[in-house]
Amino acid sequence: MSDQPILEAKELTKAFGGILALNRVNFHVNEGEVLGIIGPNGSGKTTIVNCITGFIKPTSGKVFFRGKNITGKAAHRIADMGVTRTFQIMRPYYSLPAYKNLVIPLFSPRSKRTGGWRGGGKLGDRNTVGIDILEEIGFERDSRVPYKMAATLPTGYLKRLELARCLALKPEIILCDEVFSGLSMSEIASMVPLIERLQMDGITLIMIEHRLRELFRVADRIMVMNFGEKLTEGTSEEVMADSRVKEAYFGSEEIEEVMTYA
Amino acid sequence: MDTQQQRKERLDRGIKVRTDGLYALMGWQELGYLTLPRLILIVGMLALPLLMPGMYWQRVITIVCIYALLALSFDFLAHFVGLVSLGGAFFIGVGGYFSAIFNASFGIPPLFSIPMATVSGAIVCTLLLIPCLPLRGVYFAIVTLMYPLALARVIEATDILGGTDGIMGIDSFSNSWVEQYVAIVLVLLFLFGLRRLVNTDIGLVVRAVKDNDQAVRASGMSVNFYKAGAVFIASGIGCLGGACLVHIYMWAGISLFALDFSILPIAATVIGGSGTLVGPVLGCLILVPISELLRDFGTLRIVFYAILLVCFVVFRSEGLMVYGERKYHQFERWVKV
Ligand SMILES: Nc1ncnc2c1ncn2[C@@H]1O[C@H](COP(=O)(O)OP(=O)(O)OP(=O)(O)O)[C@@H](O)[C@H]1O
Ligand SMILES: [Mg+2]
Repeated sequence: MSDQPILEAKELTKAFGGILALNRVNFHVNEGEVLGIIGPNGSGKTTIVNCITGFIKPTSGKVFFRGKNITGKAAHRIADMGVTRTFQIMRPYYSLPAYKNLVIPLFSPRSKRTGGWRGGGKLGDRNTVGIDILEEIGFERDSRVPYKMAATLPTGYLKRLELARCLALKPEIILCDEVFSGLSMSEIASMVPLIERLQMDGITLIMIEHRLRELFRVADRIMVMNFGEKLTEGTSEEVMADSRVKEAYFGSEEIEEVMTYA
Repeated sequence: MDTQQQRKERLDRGIKVRTDGLYALMGWQELGYLTLPRLILIVGMLALPLLMPGMYWQRVITIVCIYALLALSFDFLAHFVGLVSLGGAFFIGVGGYFSAIFNASFGIPPLFSIPMATVSGAIVCTLLLIPCLPLRGVYFAIVTLMYPLALARVIEATDILGGTDGIMGIDSFSNSWVEQYVAIVLVLLFLFGLRRLVNTDIGLVVRAVKDNDQAVRASGMSVNFYKAGAVFIASGIGCLGGACLVHIYMWAGISLFALDFSILPIAATVIGGSGTLVGPVLGCLILVPISELLRDFGTLRIVFYAILLVCFVVFRSEGLMVYGERKYHQFERWVKV
């Protein structure tokens, strides 16, 4: 039982008209693990997230969550099982204050069952629980930030809000689509401990990133995508040593540069 | 006084009481400030039948209320759920025929036939509209427009439900006062009910479905479930209007599917201010009597009607209520310097 991966994709394929965004991709994540997915732009990373979470249907292939086939299920049913995602292009409710943004996911059946991130099976007042989650995710409680309109929040907070929406469901696994991109060095530095804390809380993470240096700090294992295919997989050292990875990213330039500038 | 200079001062009167549901009422004045508009609306609506010069105009008030229900239903769906519905005629027709059948064929008195028609009409309308829920914008609108046209032709061609003669012998309300006050109370009830609903947590989710359905799906909630729920409420309100209407006219026929029921509520919403819920009611109070006054001009009244609408869209596109609310909250006064 324990050696069964929490999430597994088998021969995952997605064709958009003529182009193969995903071509027979196989991978798995173990419970409590942080899997990093890297790859050049357009290599199919977001498509993986969309296929797993039910936002698009894969052309062929299967997705298993705890051994259960979830391929082609409706997005809200997959989220209801605890498989949650963030959006690369953030999707907050712009016209609502930050804490009200969480009232909506806290209204979901899953939140009612679980009580939200820290809720022990019982959901308290949604506004309060929302503010609690925001505080844990880095919104200073005593400041006015949790009460500000989402439209006025800087990118750093919006990325946290994306994570907070997942946490409101008490997720088993979060698929993070580039939560570091668009952030300053110092903002990323404050996000990294947050990710580590999520992992300590037993949440499995799949992290898609272009910021390799920071990703390598938190990820247990890295999978590299290129042109919709899985190029290789392994620890960060193994992956970086692979000449194919260097080539995919930069022709044949030094990968160190990616780590500095990406 | 002559020597004193005056200056125009602009105050944001409501800032304290408006802060996101946290009411900091400092005294009677602010309590009054909050309740006065509601009071004026309620008392004004209830007083309307007493102010009317005769039976004819009292009947107009009832019709205003039927249209107001439709306008409420339209504004709720369009502004809070993001479904633009031209289904006024659809709802009126379905609700009307249901109540007519319940009353004329089964002898159920209006007191029961109207609520029964409301619920069964809402179920039928929702079931027929569920396949269209994923459609957005104009496509949903077109489908809601096609149903009443199709149903009217079906009744005409197959001669069911009384065919072109319609269903006669429907009970009326016990007297015209009951008729008017039932209609007025229903409008007030659904006006305040909907206003409350959109501000609850479930209303927040419904509004989120409009703004950001992907995020709602990612939160483990079915977008179509909430849309269907909203359509159920909106079509129920419309069917209720239709059910009342057949007992007012004591007749149900294919004219219940007339396009006026779809178009006028939208015009009223534009004039009154969309998204305010009160605005559409106000719009009906203006538009329906005007169209009655213009009845002598026959079809020419459509022209007046169109000109009025165009003027509103061009010059005051935000609508009366939005304008009024802003002026109420933010008023200007002369102060001595
Ligand atoms: N809805 C869609 N319709 C058509 N083609 C699409 C669609 N979504 C993605 N694609 C294509 O699929 C390929 C993979 O896209 P995807 O968004 O998964 O890349 P990515 O790895 O997430 O890139 P990035 O790093 O820029 O986010 C691209 O060629 C893209 O143009
Ligand atoms: Mg992407």
